[in-house]
Amino acid sequence: MHAPAPPPVTPAVRFEGVMRHFGAVRAVDGVDLSIVPGEFFAMLGPSGSGKTTCLRLIAGFEQPDAGHIEIFGEKVEGLPPYRRAVNTVFQDYALFPHLSVGENVAYGLRVRGVGRVEREKLAREALAMVKLAGMETRRPAQLSGGQRQRVALARALVVRPKVLLLDEPLGALDLKLREEMQSELKGLQRALGLSFVFVTHDQGEALSMADRVAVFNEGRIVQVGPPEEVYERPATRFVAGFVGSANVLEPAEAAALGGAARPSSLRPEKIVLLAADAPEPTGAAVVEAGVVEMSYQGAVRRVTARAASGLHLTAAVPASASAVAAGDTIRLAVPKGAVQPMEGEG
Amino acid sequence: MTRAPLSLKIAALGGLAFLHVPLLFILLYCFTTEEKSYAFPPPGFTLKWFGVVWERADIWAAVGLSLKVAVIATALALVLGTLAAGALARAKFFGREPISLLFVLPIALPGIVTGIALRQAFGLMEIPFSFWTIVLGHATFCIVVVYNNAVARLRRLSPSLIEASMDLGADAFQTFRLVILPNIGTALLAGGMLAFALSFDEVIVTTFTAGQQSTLPIWMLSELIRPRQRPVTNVVAVLVILVTFLPILAAYYLTREGEAVAGSGK
Repeated sequence: MHAPAPPPVTPAVRFEGVMRHFGAVRAVDGVDLSIVPGEFFAMLGPSGSGKTTCLRLIAGFEQPDAGHIEIFGEKVEGLPPYRRAVNTVFQDYALFPHLSVGENVAYGLRVRGVGRVEREKLAREALAMVKLAGMETRRPAQLSGGQRQRVALARALVVRPKVLLLDEPLGALDLKLREEMQSELKGLQRALGLSFVFVTHDQGEALSMADRVAVFNEGRIVQVGPPEEVYERPATRFVAGFVGSANVLEPAEAAALGGAARPSSLRPEKIVLLAADAPEPTGAAVVEAGVVEMSYQGAVRRVTARAASGLHLTAAVPASASAVAAGDTIRLAVPKGAVQPMEGEG
Repeated sequence: MTRAPLSLKIAALGGLAFLHVPLLFILLYCFTTEEKSYAFPPPGFTLKWFGVVWERADIWAAVGLSLKVAVIATALALVLGTLAAGALARAKFFGREPISLLFVLPIALPGIVTGIALRQAFGLMEIPFSFWTIVLGHATFCIVVVYNNAVARLRRLSPSLIEASMDLGADAFQTFRLVILPNIGTALLAGGMLAFALSFDEVIVTTFTAGQQSTLPIWMLSELIRPRQRPVTNVVAVLVILVTFLPILAAYYLTREGEAVAGSGK
């Protein structure tokens, strides 16, 4: 539940008890968060968990019903989007269809009264930065999805925001492009030293790109921390289930497997499948169980087994491990420290 | 694409002929030498009615009045119709559906009802009939066509475009000028032209709201009753066809182009 102690610098974005309700729906229900300048911050959660509303609250498209929002120390409640030093890359890119790519990128400069020559130069530079040099005269309709995304990125960055907001930036791209854009976004963020706040429902994306991940559920942040921490030590059942998959253990089960007598999580890939003749490893809890189900997934096999105690465990074992089939009796070793107690509810 | 059977083609041609051949008769009798009745075939051809029309001040007064009314009613409709569309296209608020129905109602309502209603309202409020009462009468239905065109286009416009504009630093006025207007411009032009054409040949509402003045269609109606210089009305009718047909044609092409542009992004 607890983020590492906030650093003594002014946060890029700070939420304090922020609420946003739509009728009876509590879209954002008391969110506190603090985003460090220069960090890549992911807001992860299922649809309707409040993450997108939080992004829109930062951008100024929504106003909080209660609580405070600060951007670099400045209170922004009541400030319209055009008075905030943040810019957004929209999920559908929102490129202006009646303007050329160059005019799209220069739009923010144009409304700020930057002269034509200057803004065309800056737009060219921004397009070159996202590898679209020479595309100025095209229309958005003539671009591919990946190119539109880059234009949207250039258009938001050219006005030098203090924080860049990205709403499901990779959602509409196919897998190959998505991986390419992931590393490119990460590279841009590092090169610019800018805070990127991005919203995603894809845990893989959040874990691989972000410096810190905030996991949202039902309008609240249930856990925030570096990806390793969120993954290794999920704070609640929800996080354990949403970020990757996990065996959720009741207190007695956790104690039997070497953990504390508390609700705990156990990641499937931590469990070791012991070969028939292997000796019992020291310091590990060993469970004998019958295989209920086995599925081959390329890099790993997923084995679900049931112990005599009634405990169900799912283990992800290397695909190269000895093949097992439903009905076999196997031995599973749970190493010390693999069972992680969960602090919170929900 | 399949080809239509011959019978269907003939039926279609017949339908078109039924609609448009009468227009040719109007054109034909502009040139007849017979002034009291429309005999077929015309006993002779002359151009003198064009001269007569040119010289009659009452015709030009009526044309001038109709043009002025149409221009002002259209301008009013463009402003109010666009504002109404902006309010109703996307925002959700209590009573939105009834209000949008009320906006569209004047065009569905028989003109005679609108006419009587306006006449009685003007009477109750002791507003004397004038140029402005005609404009108000016309504006009731002109607003509808502008509103309908604008609202349809606004609904097709992605709401994130407006947010993107604000996000990039544009205030509401800049966003309207630089993003919304360019995207609904052709729809407004089409709606405006249609409104102009509707106003220009409106008879029923005008009869109830005009008092002593004659717009062009009213003038024609009164002229037909008198059996004198009949072809003069034909010449004027041809003028009306030109004045209303050209904007409608332009509106047709403009909206068609707009749809093609909107579809090409898919």
